[in-house]
Amino acid sequence: MRIKGLQDLELIKKKHLPNLNARLGNNQTAGYQVLCCTGTGCSSGGSEKVIKTLNNQIKQHDLQNKVTVYKTGCFGFCKMGPILLVHPGQIFYCLVHEKDAEEIVSEHFSKGNIVERLLYKEPIENKIYPQLKDIPFFQAQQRIALRNCGLIDPEEIEEYIANDGYFALQNVLHNLTPPGVIEIMAQSGLRGRGGGGFPVGRKWSFTAQAEDSPKYVVCNADEGDPGAFMDRSILEGDPHSVLEAMTIAGYSTGASQGVIYVRAEYPIAIKRLELAIKQAHQMGLLGENIFDSDFSFSIELRLGAGAFVCGEETALLKSAMGQRGEPRPRPPFPAVCGFRNKPTLINNVETYANVPIILRKGAAWYASLGTEKSKGTKVFSIAGKINNTGLIEVPMGTTLRTIIYDIGGGIPGGKKFKAVQTGGPSGGVIPAQLLDTTIDYESLSKIGSMMGSGGLIVMDETDCMVDIAKFYLGFSQDESCGKCTPCRVGTKRMLEIMERITQGKGEMADLDELEELARDIQETSLCGLGQHAPNPVLSTLHYFRDEYLAHVQDKRCPAGVCQELTDFVVNPEKCIACGICAKACATQAIIGEKKKNYYIDRQKCSKCGVCQTRCPKDAIFKAAMGGDNASAYQPGNNHTTYPTP
Amino acid sequence: MLSLDEKLEELLTKYQDTPGALIPVLQQAQEIYGYLSPELIRIISSRLRIPTSRTYGVATFYSQFHLKPRGRHIIKVCQGTACHVRGGSKLMEVLKNYLGAQPGETTEDLKFTLETVACLGACGLAPVVMINDQTVGQLTPEKVLQKITTCE
Repeated sequence: MRIKGLQDLELIKKKHLPNLNARLGNNQTAGYQVLCCTGTGCSSGGSEKVIKTLNNQIKQHDLQNKVTVYKTGCFGFCKMGPILLVHPGQIFYCLVHEKDAEEIVSEHFSKGNIVERLLYKEPIENKIYPQLKDIPFFQAQQRIALRNCGLIDPEEIEEYIANDGYFALQNVLHNLTPPGVIEIMAQSGLRGRGGGGFPVGRKWSFTAQAEDSPKYVVCNADEGDPGAFMDRSILEGDPHSVLEAMTIAGYSTGASQGVIYVRAEYPIAIKRLELAIKQAHQMGLLGENIFDSDFSFSIELRLGAGAFVCGEETALLKSAMGQRGEPRPRPPFPAVCGFRNKPTLINNVETYANVPIILRKGAAWYASLGTEKSKGTKVFSIAGKINNTGLIEVPMGTTLRTIIYDIGGGIPGGKKFKAVQTGGPSGGVIPAQLLDTTIDYESLSKIGSMMGSGGLIVMDETDCMVDIAKFYLGFSQDESCGKCTPCRVGTKRMLEIMERITQGKGEMADLDELEELARDIQETSLCGLGQHAPNPVLSTLHYFRDEYLAHVQDKRCPAGVCQELTDFVVNPEKCIACGICAKACATQAIIGEKKKNYYIDRQKCSKCGVCQTRCPKDAIFKAAMGGDNASAYQPGNNHTTYPTP
Repeated sequence: MLSLDEKLEELLTKYQDTPGALIPVLQQAQEIYGYLSPELIRIISSRLRIPTSRTYGVATFYSQFHLKPRGRHIIKVCQGTACHVRGGSKLMEVLKNYLGAQPGETTEDLKFTLETVACLGACGLAPVVMINDQTVGQLTPEKVLQKITTCE
């Protein structure tokens, strides 16, 4: 069916709204609705199998009329996946496996008994939360860009429409002028969510003002920051919001062709996008004369080929044109000379996802959220040493402490928080004393980090900050495209110094040289990758200089991470002399006799850590050489006993 | 069923007049043959009327393209930050030992190729390995070995 106007949209909405309302808790329907996450996280946990078993069991129990299973996008609570949400009641089942599906059907759907052992149990106080709305992880959140993720079936365009999807596009095409739309975007205060934070309204008006034609609208879905997965989740859970926003952007800037450049590493997102584009074409929401207006717009997909630098806009455009993804100097900006050397608008996925709802609810509504200069909400992916890993959305201006402790549930295993890394390889670390920093674009850059795309990696006391800085630098060095010398050679030299330091071969002069190199690279690199590559080193040097000094002066890694500076040690008090470790050791470095004792020969040990993972009694631990744990260490003595940590 | 060469022909006919289609062509050609041989690169270049040197330049720029044959099973170890702090490098160590191959290499029997991949975006499940098209998370060195021993 081809949708021509508001009436057709209303009809579809009316038909599907009761289901949606039941999920939102607005009314009760007779049967059960089961929402099962099919994002990458839950899928890898086996959610597809869970759905299959559920459907089989529902058939066996003859409950087809009473229970419907829907596939949805990401709920964000990836740690607890696969996740099932049952309406009515908003019952939140987590870590659901195939075999549990049977019990849910026979108990919950047949008899109305909630399966208690599958409910969410908060790890610190062991409190059980049956309903999603009460779970602390969800409470401090405000989901705008993620509004449909975990609510609708991303493979059904009708469900998107039922939650007011494509209403904004209809209104724009029938009632607003292009400058009118741009004015609303400008007033909303929305800024680019890809990292730069450039005002969206300004960007749109630059492309609109460009005189050349044809023009293009590009969606940057080349989410490459390690630790960030918000764009993937939006594409998997709500692909139509991006299509709708790109079409609106096309109308506003005078473009009739859109391109989505998406990472090939996101197979589910690609599949859903292809399906969404097909559905939108069938309904006349893409293609010729959308909503019976004069406006036509179509969208094609381009798959990335695995190069981080292609997240940079000029590199992305070159890659989309079939060339090596090397950036070029700006100006000219893409708004003047972009895809196929024509005026091009580029925004990222999360930015687009905000557009339809802003146009529906108004600029003033959006501008009322967030801080003075950073409006609205921001999606963050939280991962690393944190209890509740996953995807969250909070208003700008929320403190890091709220995110890490209230939503994230703190640090697992009773360990101490050390730092949080924001902004990926372009950002910096934020230490414990700055946890009360409110998050917005300005405050993060003030403390030497950046918003970036929103990846937050939490680190605890067992993480070595020198190692982390080396890790990020290694990533940037590896992904450097090689076009400009400061980035290609400079990051390599910096990495060599970092390697020396982590091997205990560093000198004090190295620290000065690192800082000098870092500044040169920042000032002279061609694109953002190089300009920001030194940030992790500079910020760790600033906040954790003591750790660098320990590596350089004492030849010691306080966290016990850097391999050359640590030893694996058997704790004789815990060791039951079972011999499993000796068998597992590839270099025959573990010597001893069954039922007597074992020790690790430092000279032979390759420090692979396999023995530690195999030990059934946790008797093998890592000790920092020369550190407090290893005060009994004496050179040449392989039988060293270390005090237990 | 089309033969491999017929599939390539179909692909080249579809794209030969589309400007800027080199990357999709290389991607799909690699899907057909498993890797990009020198001969394949020459054929693609001449049909798309692009200098072979430029095609080679593009093929070597992106980590997704492979110029050597690959194994039946592709194991990609995620190098993202979350995986790094949760022990991703240990997975790499045991896989290297077990397969006797370095990242980027293929075992002699062409059964496995070991590779690294920039963040898979499944950070909530760190550490993560992608075995063929399946993302497997919350792994330990033991679990990952178990997983790959079930590969035929």
